Amino acid sequence: MTTDPYFRTQAEMLAERPPPASTTGPVGWLRANLFSSWFNAALTLLALYLLWIIVPSLIDWAFIHADFEGSVGNECAAEGACWAWLDQRIDQFLYGFYTDGEYWRVNLAVILLIPALAPLLFDGVPYARQLRVFSVAYPFIAGFLLVGGFALDAVPTRSFGGFMLNLTIGLSGIVLSLPIGIMLALGRRSRLPALRMLSVIFIELVRGVPLITLLFTAAILLPIFMPESWSIDLLIRVIVVVTAFSSAYMAEVIRGGLQAIPKGQFEAAQAMGLGYWQSMRLIILPQVLKISIPGIVNTFIGLFKDTTLVFLIGLFDILGIARSLQQNQDWIGKVDAEGFLFAAIFFFVVCFSMSRYSINLEKRLDTTKR
Amino acid sequence: MATTELPTRTNAGFKPSRLWTDERYRGVLSQVVVVVLVALALVWVGGNTQNNLENRGLELGFGFLADPAGIGIGVSLIEYDSQDTWLRAMTVGLLNTLLVSAMGIVSATLFGFAAGIMRLLPNWLISRMVATWVELTRNVPLLLQIIFWWSILLSLPTVRETLHIGDSVFLNNSGITAPAPIFEAGSNVVVAAFVLGLVGAWAVLRWARARQAATGARMPAGWIALAVVIGLPLAAYFAAGQPIGWDAPVANRFGRLRGGFTVTPELVALWFALTTYTGAFISEIVRAGILSVSLGQTEAAGTLGLSGWQTTRLIVVPQALRVIIPPLTSQFLNLTKNSSLALAVGFQDFVGIGSQAQNQTGQAIEIVFSWMIVYVSLSLLTSAFMNWYNARIALVER
Repeated sequence: MTTDPYFRTQAEMLAERPPPASTTGPVGWLRANLFSSWFNAALTLLALYLLWIIVPSLIDWAFIHADFEGSVGNECAAEGACWAWLDQRIDQFLYGFYTDGEYWRVNLAVILLIPALAPLLFDGVPYARQLRVFSVAYPFIAGFLLVGGFALDAVPTRSFGGFMLNLTIGLSGIVLSLPIGIMLALGRRSRLPALRMLSVIFIELVRGVPLITLLFTAAILLPIFMPESWSIDLLIRVIVVVTAFSSAYMAEVIRGGLQAIPKGQFEAAQAMGLGYWQSMRLIILPQVLKISIPGIVNTFIGLFKDTTLVFLIGLFDILGIARSLQQNQDWIGKVDAEGFLFAAIFFFVVCFSMSRYSINLEKRLDTTKR
Repeated sequence: MATTELPTRTNAGFKPSRLWTDERYRGVLSQVVVVVLVALALVWVGGNTQNNLENRGLELGFGFLADPAGIGIGVSLIEYDSQDTWLRAMTVGLLNTLLVSAMGIVSATLFGFAAGIMRLLPNWLISRMVATWVELTRNVPLLLQIIFWWSILLSLPTVRETLHIGDSVFLNNSGITAPAPIFEAGSNVVVAAFVLGLVGAWAVLRWARARQAATGARMPAGWIALAVVIGLPLAAYFAAGQPIGWDAPVANRFGRLRGGFTVTPELVALWFALTTYTGAFISEIVRAGILSVSLGQTEAAGTLGLSGWQTTRLIVVPQALRVIIPPLTSQFLNLTKNSSLALAVGFQDFVGIGSQAQNQTGQAIEIVFSWMIVYVSLSLLTSAFMNWYNARIALVER
């Protein structure tokens, strides 16, 4: 051992020391995520200022200074939101003009949706096999419950309304547009020129125009195209048009998936002696549907949001009800945006859950990174 | 899809059963069946239509376009009064559709790029706030949002209690009024100078790039171009004796505004909703596009000695654009089609005026037909332009 002052020897390990307090814990998090640079700090302060302006005044408007009781608009004070209509109008927002006392049928149809969807959406559902049979039967059961007949009183479809109408059109469209979209996509990729041509014409024509023009077609033109003695229910005409519209978009989503499947998969299916429909059903479509999930769900979400457009051809969906509340003699001038905010909550919950579910499903089905 | 060529194919011994057992005949047969069915359906629809039109006493044809329309139109880009023909009214509607679409496309792109970049900032609070806003606007129907903002604008104070922003912008329930530019004699010199400036800037940029490619010498071409674009019209403006002025709105005793130009609440609500809704979708596209450029590219740019801004401009953005442009095209198309929701707030675009025409003349088939023609052509034009742009920036593989 030297005693040279320029050398220092250390006989034993130094004790571990914790990292500096400024890089860990809440302080470290704040530094890394909010105040990493002067520019960042300025942005943080700006954002805080914006929140400080917006959030308290919104809460104040929506809750603290809002009025919840009263039977006409004049009982609402001016400075806050007016929610007094909720009590008498909530039924209309949910069920439209559905026959009083028959609401249980709508409720039952919605509750039965849970066991019908569960085996399709989630793994490990008990009795999945039996429930799948129920899923196939569900559209008929729901239709019977809503429209009536046999033992139930008939409810005319023109009294369908509110959010229940949005759900009816949206779910019918979702159930029908996926298979039709798949057929259109297969038609567009078919080697039979006549089928290909018809599919392309249909897809491009429908995708090229706004939905509202198609809804006008359903409301005004379809009766002209049909024999005079036929009178097809407006709701059915609307569902047909909405389905046609989203089928065209669905077809393009599926076509994208079909193009992403390597040619080897088609050839391998043929080499195994599978015919066209067998190879599609067993080899190609399962892969296509898996990689197209984001697009498919986005189309579903778009379709569901588009159900509000029926308000423009005179049906009273939830948006139509909110608009009629706004123009009602008792509430005019007092209820401006409240009804629309209330309606927006329903759409947000449904659409946001759909998009979250699709992200989860994508992760669950992703077999590439294990 | 590949078809398997069978080694031997003989047509000898044709039997009717081969129509559905032999792949070749089956293909032809199924096509014939489909085509015949479609043709029969069309003939059937045509016959029904003829009967129905006869019963209602209507005749097909575009003759009604020459009749006076007799409707008032609030916002019009060309001269129009209610004695003009339906043709002119429909033209006004078409121009309004183009106006809203163009305004919406520009603002939604700016909004979407800003929001997409803000979500990628290393600032937790900002990215969370933008994410919340994007999720809120994406998951609520556009029609609901348009009517929502319209209701808010209509609940603003009345004309008598107009809100002032600064001295010259006024806000009330009949719209937003702001100063309008007045073009006096000589102003066309300034406009000409501006156009000349744009051409000059383009020439400077081109020349600078060619020079750098040839000699390697660099010059601050961007600044020079900017100076040309701003400087030329500014010089012309003063040389021509300041021919462009502002017509500021002035409130009279009753609060009624004179002068300036007014944008109606309908147009503002429609434009704002289209901007935020489409912008939310564009922000997701932009975010995905930027994230698709691998980190290795940024690191490689760093080892080449490029600065942060240079890396963004020369390395990240060109590669991200390749991913961004195709879905951006379909967002532009969606925005154009969604602008037809103007109908809900009574802004008279092509669909709005068409539905009025349909109400008054009963010529439903012609109106729907013209809607289809116009919107399909608009879609084709937009996608043709975007495909051209996409081909320009696409990766050239050799």
